[in-house]
Amino acid sequence: MDLLEQLKRSFAITKKNIKIYYSKGPIIIFGLIFPLFLFLAYTIGRNMPLKELMPGLISMTVFFTSTSVGPSIIPWETRSKTLERLVCCPISFWVILLGDMFSSFIFGAAISIIPVMFTLALNVEALNLIILIFSLVLAALCFSALSILLSSYPPTDIPATVMMISSLVKFPRVFISGIFIPIEQMPTWGRILAFISPLTYFTDISRHLILNAGYFPIALDISVIAIFTLLFSITAIKIHEKTLPKRIS
Amino acid sequence: MTSPIEVNNLTKKFGEIVAVNHISFKVRKGEIFGFLGPNGAGKTTTIRILTGILKPDEGKAIVAGYDVLEDSIKVKQRIGVVPEVSNAYVDLSAWENLMLIGELYGVSKKERIERANKLLREFGLYEARHRLVRGFSKGMKQKLLLCMALINDPEILFLDEPTSGLDVESARLLREKIQQYGNEGRTIFLSTHNMEEANQLCHRIAVINHGKIAAIDTPEKLRAESSELQYVEVSFNKPVDPEEFSGNEHVIKVASAGNKIRLYTSSPCDVVEFLVDFARLNNLRILSLNTMAPSLEDVFMKLIKEHGERRNGSA
Repeated sequence: MDLLEQLKRSFAITKKNIKIYYSKGPIIIFGLIFPLFLFLAYTIGRNMPLKELMPGLISMTVFFTSTSVGPSIIPWETRSKTLERLVCCPISFWVILLGDMFSSFIFGAAISIIPVMFTLALNVEALNLIILIFSLVLAALCFSALSILLSSYPPTDIPATVMMISSLVKFPRVFISGIFIPIEQMPTWGRILAFISPLTYFTDISRHLILNAGYFPIALDISVIAIFTLLFSITAIKIHEKTLPKRIS
Repeated sequence: MTSPIEVNNLTKKFGEIVAVNHISFKVRKGEIFGFLGPNGAGKTTTIRILTGILKPDEGKAIVAGYDVLEDSIKVKQRIGVVPEVSNAYVDLSAWENLMLIGELYGVSKKERIERANKLLREFGLYEARHRLVRGFSKGMKQKLLLCMALINDPEILFLDEPTSGLDVESARLLREKIQQYGNEGRTIFLSTHNMEEANQLCHRIAVINHGKIAAIDTPEKLRAESSELQYVEVSFNKPVDPEEFSGNEHVIKVASAGNKIRLYTSSPCDVVEFLVDFARLNNLRILSLNTMAPSLEDVFMKLIKEHGERRNGSA
């Protein structure tokens, strides 16, 4: 079967996920409500101009929304035995994971466009806006791949377990990725941690394009995000393939 | 001509447990092949290997002409599966479930819609097609699973205990449908606990126990090979001590069943003659006299017992 046909079938998985999972409670709580409160805690009483808040707001939105759907799908499907139904179908396992990743990506990208619209009021150059949207799409893809990786181990059928683990990975990342403290103001150990977080590079792009205050060259930021996307995707597929027999036995 | 299902020396282990132990068999085209065994015998593991869900540790399985290990996608494209546990999406409607599965099998939109309409009408689910599966009864869910397994018009159907736990009416409808699809020339691999169902539907039956095949044959031949399980059931107008018959050379075993006495024998004619003489000599009247062939359940229990004894003996 050709690649195009497999990709077509992965969109069928995406459509199914959109219908089933977008309205689930944990997705709304971890993807929208939590980051909103985190953002409010960051902004209220700090008297910062909107322009300075935007890079952080966009970064947090794309990060939390793109990582909210992916971790829970596989555990949910393991529990309801629908994963076995999908594995029975004539599709490779990576097609299922790609479908899950796309549904996480669409959720993240669609919601993140809302704060990006605010930047229109901030006199951001048209070219910068295009680069920002392109970077946002790439970042949403990267974080979606991370969300699939987060659901790969342990091979549990309890969505709450995966949500807990993914929260443990996600929340500290917000504090080390240049959202609250710019990279240049971080201590050395903080910078080292920041370098291994893909969120750092997207926040850096946002700061470049909105505040003209980036740390790395934009080309480097984009390249690193692309490398992380590949790395997360390949690792997620490998681990999921290895743990699949445990999920369906 | 190659068989639709050919299994050779198939083995699957889960840690120390050997779930399927070097089994081999062939299923003929158009055959309804029964797969019987107690819980944990290896039925579901075998089906999962043959449908490409699990990988075997040893051996080879060819399904629809393709190796399940090397060409699992091609195998899956040509088969339909009703798994042991209901696994339709409960948050989707019956229609949405069918459309999803049709899409995953690469069935064109026009064909998907035509087949879904036809199947839903055939199984009496058409009126409920836009209802969420969450609200379906077990029978409706099971019918939907069979519809989902048929949406790609498969050559081979794998059914893992399809009527288990269903009400009489739903179970009967599913059996009729299985029979119908068998008559249409599809090959059906049916795992079941229900002996009567296997007897009624299957051309041949394989009995699996502790991961090994204990016997494969037609239901009739399996029964004939267990002739010692035949019995003559008699009742008299007065109470008779069953021990009176235990000394007869043709009687293998005597058992009471209410007011009746069962005399197990491989020679029912001789036992009937003996009983008639016995009644005449003792001034008894025979109220009922029946010769009974062994049921498939009797044969199954005997095979499982013998297989277990052989296994323990060789251990």
